[in-house]
Amino acid sequence: MSKKFRSTALMPYLFVAPFVVSFVVFVVYPLGQSVVLAFMQTNGPKTRQFVGLDNFSWLFTQDPDFWKSVLNIILYTAGSMLIQLPASLGLALLLNRKDIKARGFWRMIFFAPILVGLVFVAIIFGLLFAPNNGLINDALYQATLMFDRVIPFYPDGWVFDREFRWTAEYAMPAMIIASFWMYVGFNMIYFLAALQNVSKDLMEAAEVDGAGPWQRFLNVTVPAIRPVGTFVVLLSFIGSVQLFELPYLLVGPDGGPGKKGLTPVMHLFSKGFDAGDLGYASAIGWLIAVVLFGVALLQKKLSNPGTD
Amino acid sequence: MRKKWWTPVAIYVPLAAFALVTLVPFAYLMFSAFKTKEAFFSGPFWPVEEDGGWWAVDWSGFTFTNFTRLWSEVKIGEASFMRAVLNSFFFASVMSVVGTLGAAMGGYGLAMFKFKGREFITTVVLGALVIPGALLIAPGYFLLFQLGLLDSYAGLILPGVAPAFGVYLFRQAFISSLPHEMMEAGRIDGCGEWRMFFQMGLPMVKPMVGAFVLITYLGTWTNFIGPQIIIQTPEKYPLAVAVAQLRGPFSIEYGMIMAGTLVAIGPVLALFLLLQKDFIAGLTAGAVKG
Repeated sequence: MSKKFRSTALMPYLFVAPFVVSFVVFVVYPLGQSVVLAFMQTNGPKTRQFVGLDNFSWLFTQDPDFWKSVLNIILYTAGSMLIQLPASLGLALLLNRKDIKARGFWRMIFFAPILVGLVFVAIIFGLLFAPNNGLINDALYQATLMFDRVIPFYPDGWVFDREFRWTAEYAMPAMIIASFWMYVGFNMIYFLAALQNVSKDLMEAAEVDGAGPWQRFLNVTVPAIRPVGTFVVLLSFIGSVQLFELPYLLVGPDGGPGKKGLTPVMHLFSKGFDAGDLGYASAIGWLIAVVLFGVALLQKKLSNPGTD
Repeated sequence: MRKKWWTPVAIYVPLAAFALVTLVPFAYLMFSAFKTKEAFFSGPFWPVEEDGGWWAVDWSGFTFTNFTRLWSEVKIGEASFMRAVLNSFFFASVMSVVGTLGAAMGGYGLAMFKFKGREFITTVVLGALVIPGALLIAPGYFLLFQLGLLDSYAGLILPGVAPAFGVYLFRQAFISSLPHEMMEAGRIDGCGEWRMFFQMGLPMVKPMVGAFVLITYLGTWTNFIGPQIIIQTPEKYPLAVAVAQLRGPFSIEYGMIMAGTLVAIGPVLALFLLLQKDFIAGLTAGAVKG
């Protein structure tokens, strides 16, 4: 009896041990370290020196590249979310119709891009957007030529100049397009799952009461999918703010000409690994984290508790 | 309500248009991987025959040489391209088996036992979900340096032995599909805890096991920033890093880069076609009942 009792008393701890041990070693300890590192200047992992708040004051006052990267990521996040999420919801609404044929087939096609992974998306779109001969670039060039023919007074370089270079000047639109391609179907799946839980009785009641499609959407659908909606918004926000692979491979590790493609995580990466200052990189990491924690808290407040 | 004639048009035209947009990059990838160096820029997708009009296919512009050269000529460090493929298979397989087992154990422990500290650990699991990856990049590298695990697969694998996200998913799965009464009955019959976990627990949450293996496999397969930071010897590069490297010395050879990309994502796409229901369930798991 006593032996058996002891073994079951210890058992639960054995089951959670892999999580607890790996979490303490690879998350708690590094987090603690990064607090210390944020007040250090390092040269590679071997030499470090305490510098107080210098990293932060440098970051806020002396580092124009960092602020450029912040501006870039704000543009990217706003741009990608404003286009992607309504499109995802729109596709989900279409696919959620009762009379839709081959729902699985459409779902499969729209979902497939997420499997490619950001690295390979960056490589493929890198060629599609190639400055002089990429497919998208070519198509746009042909379009401007055609536009020229149709509208003779079309001013040269009004929308795109003739030496159209996505990868530098238009890095952000290119990335917004690439991530749209990759994520729109993924987000759609979440919306679709949420839409399938919308109460049919409520919908029919609203219809009987004479509510039009738009009113039904606003008063029945939107409240019902709100929890999933806020989740998707939060998920895309977290992903967007930490964007790295796409610009790193699309415009190069330095963010390209004019740093038009530099993001905060790329800046962190270059300071930490190219310049070897893990302390400064940790300071940047904490700034990013504080913003994301803030938004996560806000999201928690906004989505009503108890509905999910 | 009577249907208007244009309803199907309003539904299927946008769907088809969007499907086309989605498929264009895939088509571009497929065609490009089989184009010769000379034919690469003749025609957006397939090589176009001169004076043959826009649609006429120039069959001589297709080739397998991108693939054969990928295996024979490309060097990732000292090793051949095959090495990067094997690295990726090894890395993703180990990671998905170990990570799924660790996560399932954690979820099972939290869901099926009452013990001191359970509430606390559950809170920690939930809290861990909001820690941004960017915050751990620099100190994580520093820790691996201290542990002497830089440039090793152990350094890539060990941090993922029991991911919080997985522990959370498995906890939910066990709570909703494994009744405590069954556990009690098993215990009374003298079944050991490990045997119960493997023979009763895991089979009950089989869909979640499959889904999580897939998520982890895919995540590891396409992980770039981790190996980019931790792995320093080119021979140890997984495909994600190796294919990105192809763009350097072979930057003129677009066909070869596309061949490498196709080799890298082909297996994942094939797996998806086979298991697409599980895949979608897996990648969205935890969201709907989040």
